[in-house]
Amino acid sequence: MLSISAFFVGLLFGFGLILSGMTDPAKVIGFLDLAGAWNPTLAFVMVGAIVVGSAGFALAKKRQRSVLGAPMQLPQTTQLDKRLLFGSLAFGVGWGIAGFCPGPAIVSAAAGQPKAWLFVAAMLAGMALYSFIESRGK
Amino acid sequence: MNPSDVMPISDYLSGLAGGLLIGSAAALLVLLNGRVAGISGIIGGLLQTGNKGDKIWRLMFVLGLLAAPFIYRFVFGLPTVTIDAGTIELIIAGLLVGIGTRYASGCTSGHGVCGISRGSMRSLAATLTFMTAGFVTVYLTRHVLGL
Repeated sequence: MLSISAFFVGLLFGFGLILSGMTDPAKVIGFLDLAGAWNPTLAFVMVGAIVVGSAGFALAKKRQRSVLGAPMQLPQTTQLDKRLLFGSLAFGVGWGIAGFCPGPAIVSAAAGQPKAWLFVAAMLAGMALYSFIESRGK
Repeated sequence: MNPSDVMPISDYLSGLAGGLLIGSAAALLVLLNGRVAGISGIIGGLLQTGNKGDKIWRLMFVLGLLAAPFIYRFVFGLPTVTIDAGTIELIIAGLLVGIGTRYASGCTSGHGVCGISRGSMRSLAATLTFMTAGFVTVYLTRHVLGL
């Protein structure tokens, strides 16, 4: 049941990314280009997503288990640390260079964009590198 | 010419509608599965050794993401997109996004949408950081280096 719901939620998420314009790097960079012809569209995406998301998380916080009976696994960390800040910094630089963040890149790769394949391959390599470094440290 | 090029209002509306779908997906995943819809975390979890049972829902979510453009193309047709970045830029950007989102424990979806939606200060700080980094990077590449 949990895998079926995950599939349909992933599908819905993907539809949202395509409809919103997030899968178009030119639009993303247009949003990040404050000094150029600024395109505020993505601010509407964020607002739309956060309005509905907030309602969902408000309901979720009142529950011990999910509707399908799974344990609620919400992040417990509250500390602002170097990993969070430097990680976000690196992510933001990469996002600004290519105009892709992880979700839209995956969807664009599936849509058959060769440039997105290259980006996703490099992104997966970066994620694997993280797992490798972290597993060595333990 | 794409109609959205001459009618920015439709861009805003599709942005808002798309955002509502993304938010609905985030709400559904936490309510049904008790999980945060963070793409980098969901994919990152697949690249780590360990708990097999935890991998199935992740894989199914990613399959849903991958199926989305096929169904969308069939029903509405996919919007045209422009990817200006060249090979070297895509590789550098991909590596930075991959390693950065894992160290930060989240990306645009996990921190920007889900984290802010659940009122996490950590996610707000992450979102402000990656957005500022994005603004500065585009300023430098577009207006200083002229790439």
